[in-house]
Amino acid sequence: MSKILLLQGNQAVVEGAIAAGVKFFGGYPITPSTEIAEQLAARLPQVGGKFMQMEDEIAGMGAVIGASLTGKKVMTATSGPGFSLKQEMLGLACSAEIPIVVVDVQRVGPATGQPTSPSQGDVMQARWGTHGDHWLIAISPASVPECFDLTIRAYALSEKYRVPVILLMDEVIGHMREKIEVPDEVNHGYPSVKQPERKRPTCKPEEYLAYKPDADLVPPMADFGSGYRWHVTGLVHDATGFPKGTPAATVAAQDRLRDKIMNNLDDISQVEEYKMDDAEYVVFSFGGASRTVYDAVDMARAEGLKVGFLRAITVWPFPEKQVKALIGKVKGVLVHELNAGQYCLEVERVLGGKLPVATYCKYDNESATPDELLAEIKKAMNA
Amino acid sequence: MSEELINKYFRPGRLPHIWCPGCGNGIVTGAIVKAIDKEGLNKDEVALISGIGCSSRSSGYLDFNTGNTLHGRALAIASGVKMGNPALKVIVCSGDGDCTAIGGNHLIHACRRNIDITLVVFNNSIYGMTGGQYSPMTPKGSKATTAPYGTIEPTFNIPELAKAAGATFVARATTFHTQLLVDVIAKGIAHKGFSIIEAVTACPIGFGRNNRLGGPAKMMEWQRDHGVVQAAWDKMTDEQKAGKFPMGVLYESNDVEEYTEAYEKHIIAAAQGGK
Repeated sequence: MSKILLLQGNQAVVEGAIAAGVKFFGGYPITPSTEIAEQLAARLPQVGGKFMQMEDEIAGMGAVIGASLTGKKVMTATSGPGFSLKQEMLGLACSAEIPIVVVDVQRVGPATGQPTSPSQGDVMQARWGTHGDHWLIAISPASVPECFDLTIRAYALSEKYRVPVILLMDEVIGHMREKIEVPDEVNHGYPSVKQPERKRPTCKPEEYLAYKPDADLVPPMADFGSGYRWHVTGLVHDATGFPKGTPAATVAAQDRLRDKIMNNLDDISQVEEYKMDDAEYVVFSFGGASRTVYDAVDMARAEGLKVGFLRAITVWPFPEKQVKALIGKVKGVLVHELNAGQYCLEVERVLGGKLPVATYCKYDNESATPDELLAEIKKAMNA
Repeated sequence: MSEELINKYFRPGRLPHIWCPGCGNGIVTGAIVKAIDKEGLNKDEVALISGIGCSSRSSGYLDFNTGNTLHGRALAIASGVKMGNPALKVIVCSGDGDCTAIGGNHLIHACRRNIDITLVVFNNSIYGMTGGQYSPMTPKGSKATTAPYGTIEPTFNIPELAKAAGATFVARATTFHTQLLVDVIAKGIAHKGFSIIEAVTACPIGFGRNNRLGGPAKMMEWQRDHGVVQAAWDKMTDEQKAGKFPMGVLYESNDVEEYTEAYEKHIIAAAQGGK
């Protein structure tokens, strides 16, 4: 049972979050993400959840971390300037392994930039914005239906791996309205959607070591107030959860945070292949920039050019295996992104000179047109 | 502090603490434990959240649901904890720099919302962990490593600031007046709404030494001689009050709706029933 709706991307994120079982939102208004806060302010109390407009972006992030400690699924939403402010907290969530979903509806930066114009200039910030070595997951929807589905997936990944998941949107996807099929609503929720749940301890409270991992390298997480008293810290800590500053403990802590993600890329990493079967040339893109790519590829095909499209859905960790697989299969790659050239650096790194990499980086406040992109594809293919 | 209370409330194997000899943070932490014991709280129901700094290390020693979080951000995280599970008794430990400088915005807004959190500000007049830089609570004219010629900045009056921002329980005591300190923290915990207790404490190493204050005992004598209980304070002339400060419960109101209750009563009810 389902129904067809016309929804905005930001709105589909809200409904996806409700479907996943979000129970707390803390945040601060910022264009172009504000609709997420506005609609969750109305939707959350309908399902017994809570919305809190905080005094600043940092507090919004703090409040979701706090609510997650009590076992709630949480969300905050922001855009570039706010995303910058949230970075220290993001590091705390990585270090203390607190599941949170952070939506960044990107706009043009730096600084105040162009608040209502599309950009993908936060793609490196999403990976490297907080200080220190850390591992997290970022996923990037390219349509309104995907906003719904990937929001649910963001919760599934965040709860499973105890890691912050960034839903890396952009103004195009956040504000676009599209047809979407959603499950039927019952009592303001979507009972037909399976809600992801975090792994909780089954041992006796006195035996609980808060950061002792299971075989999957993820420690079970107890809700504050459930009888398992434990300590959260952003200091380097061992399995007990208490600070431990030895070189060996530091390396062990970092390695586990890396391995719990990087050993599971088959589960985490998602790409879409469009007309890739016989492709001789490939366009690589993600998120809102992708919208032009489908049309440009179709137009190229109509002209007899064997062009395909590889789209990163999981933006971080970088889909290294899938990009490497292009070597020997295609003649070259054109990276299209809405910034001055960030994600293309990863493609170049991974391909290591074994395939020519061209870029079409656009940072003039507008998305590319299919004609424009087709011309770039032809130029790159003929280079 | 009695062995019984240590065994009951301190985590085994976490002591000794990191604080310097003569530091007052242990006295404040002890007062919090005694207040919790006095109120008969179940350890599972207590969430104790701290920021970063010397006093914020207190959370790691205590056997509750605890967090030693980020500099200045304890109240933001504690607000989420309280909203996530309003049945928890949420206590925040914060230093003067943590609370009134980097965390100042969270402080005034937590006061304004009247969310049911008890904040204990360990005011030692200095940034101790980083080695003695001046804070918003360093008395004007004092020396600090970042004020080699003395500070020119006035301080906050924490109780007045909190009261003006909307806190509904405001108190102050010192590490010399330990019974009073336990008593006002206990009352703050019992109070429904945002309660703040300024605990005046000594940092003999980071603040006292640079200002030739004569060591821990002398600094506690200063607390004894300058803290005045509210009843006596009210009878003093402005001349007599100069340089001194009032102690005890300085302000209390039960007329303002508590935030998490208000959310349940007005917002959840409207969203679910008012369609």
